[in-house]
Amino acid sequence: MGKTLFEKIWDQHVVKQIEGGPSVVYIDKHFIHEVTSPQAFSGIEKRGAKLFRPQQVVATADHNVPTLHQELPIKDALSKFQVDTLIDNCKKHGVELYGLGHQYQGIVHVIGPELGITQPGMTIVCGDSHTSTHGAFGSIAFGIGTSEVEMVFASQCIMQTKPKVMRINIDGALKNGVVSKDIILYIIAQISASGATGYFVEYAGSAIRALSMEARMTICNMSIEMGARGGMIAPDQTTFDYIKGRLFAPKGADWDAKLAVWKQLYTDADATFDLEINIKAEDIDPMITYGTNPGMGLSVRGTLPTTESFKDATEKQNYEKALQYMGLKAGQSLLGMPVQHVFIGSCTNSRIEDFRLVASIIKGKQKDPSIKTLVVPGSQEVAKQIKAEGLDKIFADAGVEIRQAGCSACLGMNEDKIPAGEYCVSTSNRNFEGRQGAGARTLLASPLTAAAALLTGKITDIRDIL
Amino acid sequence: MQSLQKLTSRFVPLRIENVDTDQIIPARFLKATTKIGFGKNLFRDWRYENDDETKPKADFVLNQPQYGGEILVAAKNFGCGSSREHAAWSIQDYGFKVVVSSFFADIFKNNALNNGVLPVTVSDAFLQEIFAVGADDTLTVDLEAQTITINTTGSSEKFEINSYKKTCLLNGYDDIDYLLNMKAEIEAFEQSKK
Ligand code: SF4
Repeated sequence: MGKTLFEKIWDQHVVKQIEGGPSVVYIDKHFIHEVTSPQAFSGIEKRGAKLFRPQQVVATADHNVPTLHQELPIKDALSKFQVDTLIDNCKKHGVELYGLGHQYQGIVHVIGPELGITQPGMTIVCGDSHTSTHGAFGSIAFGIGTSEVEMVFASQCIMQTKPKVMRINIDGALKNGVVSKDIILYIIAQISASGATGYFVEYAGSAIRALSMEARMTICNMSIEMGARGGMIAPDQTTFDYIKGRLFAPKGADWDAKLAVWKQLYTDADATFDLEINIKAEDIDPMITYGTNPGMGLSVRGTLPTTESFKDATEKQNYEKALQYMGLKAGQSLLGMPVQHVFIGSCTNSRIEDFRLVASIIKGKQKDPSIKTLVVPGSQEVAKQIKAEGLDKIFADAGVEIRQAGCSACLGMNEDKIPAGEYCVSTSNRNFEGRQGAGARTLLASPLTAAAALLTGKITDIRDIL
Repeated sequence: MQSLQKLTSRFVPLRIENVDTDQIIPARFLKATTKIGFGKNLFRDWRYENDDETKPKADFVLNQPQYGGEILVAAKNFGCGSSREHAAWSIQDYGFKVVVSSFFADIFKNNALNNGVLPVTVSDAFLQEIFAVGADDTLTVDLEAQTITINTTGSSEKFEINSYKKTCLLNGYDDIDYLLNMKAEIEAFEQSKK
């Protein structure tokens, strides 16, 4: 019987299968950042061990950095100490660091692909749940905890129980105004925030094939938001074209050899999945979330569920709790609701293509005066590209400032936060209570829908603008 | 890592579904570079009014004196969201040794096990039985037998854990000890892929 894409890569990386336990899986690339690595470095030191393969580790500072004046020392003492600790640890243990001020610095899931570090067939981990982003290249990539970061430091391996495999097929053509962020928000709304727990997901179908690498990354990025261990897409010509010529991409004869191997990375026709889901691309509208987990999403033209539609008492109670936090009413529509903030950024939507999309909408227009913005490129490279393409002019003319690379308002850890009680249309990936700051109300949406809110000051169907 | 064999304790009922790790420990508390002291910020924004430790929210279970013990019982899909191990550290630092739910998010489950906190998955029906008993009632979690029992009603259920993880937890070993002993095998594996 044939193998799935996941099984092909997994099988190539199993060093050992422990009786009645997990597999020991070899890790090709390990990304680290300032927040989830310090305790792993000190753990390794306490054991008197060394990093086993420091050349396979790449570090950046992204979560806890300011997005203005990065040339100045970080003001918050704890944040500064955390970033400095990363610098010390990388120096001491021989790890390559693209830290603040480095031309390759940026959100870890943006820089890996853009530098050509992320490649098909690899196993990739990082102490961050959105590591699933790298699966867009046909790799097995997933987030790990700090003990596991220490595990990979010590042995370049990780203990993992083999997950089940699920395939989600999205076929057909997307409607006008619908982009990859809408696809993934739609899928999560369909199967819920825990619907893929225990699974590794492969996204397939003609609608996925038609997407650019940036758009594929947005989809794989949010796999974790339905509980999946990770998400992946089989590599194809789009993938190879994206990688070719990037800084760490294979060159010359090495490229030819790698390419031949990568072309074998697909799910065999007779392979089977534990679960398969089929979705029609034309069923998907521009999406927006209304609640406090990414599964609570609907078409921008839809209405919130009624309380009566929840049969289970705990579910109903949870729905009411979410509505109360969000300041919304069951059965209402979101269309036309005023919002105060727009955040364009995060590892979900801060790549050059996202900025091109937004620029195409706001070009020659002015932002609504009531809207405060946080517009944050995913990396220094993206920022450079924005300038090279003149997009910075379009944003400036619209009254929108572009900040410096980092996670920014995605997680309410650094200086960029949304005040309590205020609404933010956000291109990031989580709308949990307090995620963007204590009391902040997050509405997840695509860069297009965010651009529409930017211009109108309200929740708007982008198709009314296009 | 501490070992865990058998535990009888009162429990704290957290009747909330989809408890994500941003709730367990908000991001602003992730600036530490050590593993200690996270317990005081566990469920921070549910525990205090306006982030003010002098203003505990009376309706939150951790602030209700009738509840206590080393077992946290939560509604389904506990620990979803971010991979931050700080969530497991804060639960452990607060004093919980076992978390019971009808469903756990994957990364949280691993993180808990790696810190000697046992996640016990029970059926929805059994979870409701636990929620139905009083604040003075106790639960017994027996890792060797893989059972969880409500002591007042005598109702009991078996739970799953793989035998490797069980041995680790019973003895207080961790995965890194195991992997450090596998160096030669890992090097041989690397050679075979060249
Ligand atoms: S942008 Fe947000 S989700 Fe992505 S790595 Fe940073 S904090 Fe995590």
